[in-house]
Amino acid sequence: MKGSSRSKGRSRGGKARNVLPGFGLSMGFAIVYLSLIVLIPLASVFIKTTGLSFAEFWGTVTNPRVLASYRISFFTAFSAAAVNMVFGLLIAWVLVRYRFPGKKFIDSLVDLPFALPTAVAGIALTAIYAPNGWMGKLLQPLGLKVAYTPLGITIALIFIGIPFVVRTVQPVLQDLNKEIEEAAVMLGAYRMRTFWKVILPELMPALLTGFALAFARGIGEYGSVVFISGNMPMKTEIAPLLIMTKLEQFDYAGATAIALVMLVVSFLLLLFINFMQWRINRRVVEGG
Amino acid sequence: MAGAITTHLSSEASKRPKHITEPALVRIVLITIALIFLALVVLLPLVSVFVEAFKKGFDVYRAAITDPDALSALRLTLLVAVIAVPLNTLFGISAAWAISKFRFRGKQFLITLIDLPFAVSPVISGLIYILMFGAQGFFGPWLDSHGIQLVFALPGIVLATVFVTVPFIARELIPLMQAQGVAEEEAAASLGAKGWQIFWRVTYPNIKWGLLYGIILCNARAMGEFGAVSVVSGHIRGQTNTLPLHIEILYNEYQFSASFAVASLLVMLAFVTLIVKSLMEWQMNKRASAQIV
Repeated sequence: MKGSSRSKGRSRGGKARNVLPGFGLSMGFAIVYLSLIVLIPLASVFIKTTGLSFAEFWGTVTNPRVLASYRISFFTAFSAAAVNMVFGLLIAWVLVRYRFPGKKFIDSLVDLPFALPTAVAGIALTAIYAPNGWMGKLLQPLGLKVAYTPLGITIALIFIGIPFVVRTVQPVLQDLNKEIEEAAVMLGAYRMRTFWKVILPELMPALLTGFALAFARGIGEYGSVVFISGNMPMKTEIAPLLIMTKLEQFDYAGATAIALVMLVVSFLLLLFINFMQWRINRRVVEGG
Repeated sequence: MAGAITTHLSSEASKRPKHITEPALVRIVLITIALIFLALVVLLPLVSVFVEAFKKGFDVYRAAITDPDALSALRLTLLVAVIAVPLNTLFGISAAWAISKFRFRGKQFLITLIDLPFAVSPVISGLIYILMFGAQGFFGPWLDSHGIQLVFALPGIVLATVFVTVPFIARELIPLMQAQGVAEEEAAASLGAKGWQIFWRVTYPNIKWGLLYGIILCNARAMGEFGAVSVVSGHIRGQTNTLPLHIEILYNEYQFSASFAVASLLVMLAFVTLIVKSLMEWQMNKRASAQIV
C-alpha cells in the first residue's frame, strides 16, 4: 500500500499515506469553513471580555441577579438530566429488550424533541401546564404549580433532553454481550444483582455521556424554556434569557461576560463528553 | 451529538432466553412506565398543538396561516434554509471525507471542534455575530461606512442558522463513512477512477440515506431555530421574522390559536423529518440483511 501511494499521480493525499485523492481540498475547505463560521466568531466572546477590567468582569458575573440565573439554569438542567438518566435508561431498556405492539412508533416518538422546533415545544408545554391547561388543572388542586416556576423549566428541559440519554444508551445496550449476563446467572446471581453488578457498570459511560449531553443542552436551552418559565428575575430567569435582556438594553459587555462563563462550562462538558465517547468506542473496539 | 446517533432496532436482540430476561409481570410494568412517561412528556405537547390550533375553528386556523405576516415569515424561513442547508451539506461531506478516509493527527480534536455549536447556547450563537458585525462590533464601523448591514437583516439570520446547524450533516456522515472504511474507494482508485468519479460512483451510493437524513435533520433545525435567530433578527414584522419568531409574537399578543396554527406547520415539518428517518433505517436494515445473505 505504501508503495502504491508513492506512485505518480495518486499521491495527492500523500501526507496521509493513502491512494485516495481530495485530502487537501476537503480538509482545507472544512478547516476554513469551521474557522470562519465557528471559531473566529466564538473567539469574539473572549476578545470582547478582554476589553473589561477584571473588576468589571467579576462585578458582572457575581451580580446577585446573574448568580441567581446561573443557579436556576444549572439546577433545573441538572434535575432534568438526572430524571432523564433514569427514564432514558428505562425507555432504552424497554425498546431494546422487550417486544410490544407499536414499538417502532414509540422509537420514532423518542426523536420528536430533536425534530420539533423549540418554540413550538415551549408554547405547547406552557399551554398544558398553565393553571387552566390539561395538566395544570389536575395538578392545581394538589398544590403543585408548574408553569412559571422552576418545576416548569425542569419539565421543558426533560422534554428537550430525553432523546440524548435514550440514543446514547440504546446502542451500547444492544451490543452488550449476552455471555456476561449468562455468566452472572451461572455464578448464581439473581436478576437484580446481575443488573446492578454486571449490566449497569457496562452502561455507565453511556449513561454519563447521555447525562452530560442533556445537561449541556439544558444549560443553554432557550426556546422551550422562555414561555413556561415566566422569566421573573431571581426566581425563574435563566442565564440565556439574561443575556438576551442585557442585549436588548445594549449592555454588550455585560451580556458577553455572562456568555463567557457559560461557554467555559459548555467547553468543559464537551471535553468530558468526547472523552467518554472515545472510551466507549475503545471499549467496543477492544471487545469486538 | 444531537441526532448523530442512529440505532436500528433488531428483532434479534429482543429475543432472549428466559434466564437472562425479567419475569412477564416486571416486563409489563416497565413497558407501562416507559409508555406513560413518553405519553406525558412527548405525546401530550404534540397533541396539544393541534387541539389548540383548531380550538377556534378551521377558519381561524386558515386565516392564521394565510396571514401576510405568516406568509412572509414562511418565505424567510424557507429562504434561510435554502442557503444554510447546502452550505452545511458541502461542509459535512468535506469534513466527513477528510476524517473518515484519511489518517492524520488531531482527528479527534477536529471532531470536537465540529461538535462545538451543539454545546453553545443558541443565544450565544446569536450573540457572537452581534459582537462581530453589530453596530458596536469589531467589523461594525467598517460595515456601516460601506452601507452593509449584516445583523438585524437576512445575512445575520443566515449566519446564525448556519452556525447552529454546522454539525448535523458532518456528524451523521462521519460514523457512517468510518464504518464503511476505504477498501471500496481504494479499489476504485486502483482501477483508475478519478476523485469525483470515486465519490459519485462508490462513496455516494453507500452514504446517500445517511446524507439525506443529515440534510433533513439540518433542515428541521434550520427552519425551527429560535434562540440564535431571535438575537440577530431584530424582529421586524414582515421583514426579518422567521416562522418560530412569528409564533412567539402571536403568542405574546395572546393570539393563542393563531400562534398554535403556525406552530402546527412546524410540527408537520418535524413529522416529515421523523418519517425520512424511519425510511432511512428501513433502507439500511434492508441493505444490512442483503449483505448477510
